[in-house]
Amino acid sequence: MLRKRLRENASVVLDPRGTVWERVRASIVKHRFLHLMILPCLIWMLLFKYTPMVGLVIAFKNYRGNTTGFAGIFQAPWIGLRNFESFFHSIYFGRLMGNTLMLSLLRLLFSFPAAILFALMLNEIRSIHLKKIVQTVSYMPHFLSWVVIAALTTTLLSPDSGTINSLLTLFHHEKIFFMASEKWFRPVLVITGTWQSIGWGSIVYLAAIAGLPQEQYESACLDGASKIQQIWHITLPGIKEIIAIMLIMQVGRAMTDNFEQVFNMYSPAVYKVSDIFDTYVYRAGITDANFSYSAAVGLFKAVCSLLLVLGTNQITKKLDAGGLW
Amino acid sequence: MTSTVSRAVKKTRAGRGAIRQTRGERIFDVFNVIFMLLMCAVFVYPLLVVVSRSVMTDAERVARPLALIPQTFNWSAYQMILSKNSNLLNSYWITIERTVFGTFVNLLLTSMFAYVISRKEYPPRKTLTFMLAFTMWFEGGLIPTYLLNQSLGLVNNLLVYILPMAISPWNCLILRNFFMTLPNSLIESAKIDGASEGTILFRIVLPLSKAALATVGLFYAVGHWNAWFDAMLYMTNNKLWTLQYILRQIVASANTSDLVAASTDASINPPTEMVRMASTVVATVPILCVYPFLQKYFVKGMLIGSIKG
Repeated sequence: MLRKRLRENASVVLDPRGTVWERVRASIVKHRFLHLMILPCLIWMLLFKYTPMVGLVIAFKNYRGNTTGFAGIFQAPWIGLRNFESFFHSIYFGRLMGNTLMLSLLRLLFSFPAAILFALMLNEIRSIHLKKIVQTVSYMPHFLSWVVIAALTTTLLSPDSGTINSLLTLFHHEKIFFMASEKWFRPVLVITGTWQSIGWGSIVYLAAIAGLPQEQYESACLDGASKIQQIWHITLPGIKEIIAIMLIMQVGRAMTDNFEQVFNMYSPAVYKVSDIFDTYVYRAGITDANFSYSAAVGLFKAVCSLLLVLGTNQITKKLDAGGLW
Repeated sequence: MTSTVSRAVKKTRAGRGAIRQTRGERIFDVFNVIFMLLMCAVFVYPLLVVVSRSVMTDAERVARPLALIPQTFNWSAYQMILSKNSNLLNSYWITIERTVFGTFVNLLLTSMFAYVISRKEYPPRKTLTFMLAFTMWFEGGLIPTYLLNQSLGLVNNLLVYILPMAISPWNCLILRNFFMTLPNSLIESAKIDGASEGTILFRIVLPLSKAALATVGLFYAVGHWNAWFDAMLYMTNNKLWTLQYILRQIVASANTSDLVAASTDASINPPTEMVRMASTVVATVPILCVYPFLQKYFVKGMLIGSIKG
């Protein structure tokens, strides 16, 4: 049995003669178990990941009603770019682009540095116990769903008995309906987003800081450098690569990042400042059953997102090669 | 990882102990500790409010909106939620089943995929890896996916919670990277002993990858526990809703009693706000009890993911 198997393997590897077909067949036989193992995964991937991509042709068609299912996409008449045209000419194009990019930009400006700052400060805590407790507590929001976080936010900000509005009343300030105010809704999104991600986001930086060589700090201490100076001149430069990588990854996700948060917190009163591509595709497609049109919006977003990811991947490659520093 | 941290901490302490703290440093430390305690309060406070509101009557809530400890404890909301015929309780079972079976399928398919593309001598390895990674960057999106799942008969079918998301490309690549760190000689010698690929994967590779599997499995499990969007898209029968989706409906609706219990007991009719808060508590407590003990694995996974990514 063993000898037979060995001979079989050896003949496949060593025999350079056979025709192309013979070699392909031999290779198939040789790897039959791996083929068998990948088969269900491959079927899954083709069915659930690649078939929807083929289904994207719906964006160039006039798919009416929803009685024909997925196959109906291919029978529907072609209408070229008409769905895209009507999207680009609607008020939604500018609004969605603006909101999607604005929310991601605000996230980059506030949530992103917040996690770094949090990691830096956490690193300076001397008591290991306190540090551990703070870390554990700060990871908690990451494990809550956005449904729960939205419920917490609505409760805290509610105009009739929410903590914030009660405090405002205490100081004789007018009540603010944060969740329905165009002025306040974006800050609410940024603050809750930061609350949710700050602890989890700090993990990577804490690990990077822990890996820095300690000698520099010791000599800086001897030279009389203050804590702030040490952080600024030793810690931050030490973790700048990881900061750059995280920044680039976040930029790559700019088009897709905020769906669950916005979807669970927004309402028609704040559509103007918070409606993003994904939320609009849901409303136009699923709620209003405008399948072709909303698929066109989704395709536009997906292509923008792909370009963003490819662009940022290029930058990462340059970083890895040391080309950017 | 933990050992590096503790070693680093010890070193720093020794280094600093040698020099007396300056006044500025002491002020910094005090400020830092106070700041961290404040941060903890910011993280915990919203949860405390929700817990307290779940047992606080409407009258008291309006009269003392800043109070955290109610004067009288009213458990009626919990009674209603946890009563027989409660939809919320039903969704709990659905969610537990989904998390258990879903995570099992996730791990099985993901480790099979990851194992195959980790084998250097497997010719289509690169193509398969690229095909998988590509789905992270570009997707068919909501509409085609929705129509496809509908045509596949997944509407009001519990399989929709498991099949469409069976493999996460990200987790699969994490696992592949881990498998690639295992010594190749292990697989080679098993092969010479006549072991089939299935035996190698399930008897040798997976037992050696317990930590990585735990990490990936936890990522999947949390995803299942917190999922709501697929229930919203594909389930019209509210007996099949997941916990988070029924919670979403309860939080958003004005009349919670119909949602929570199929046959409402007239004697217990707690105010809407209490029901909302109690549902939130019930949906959140399990994961809050579990995550601190599994932190180590999550942190590890986060680090593998970000460094390789």
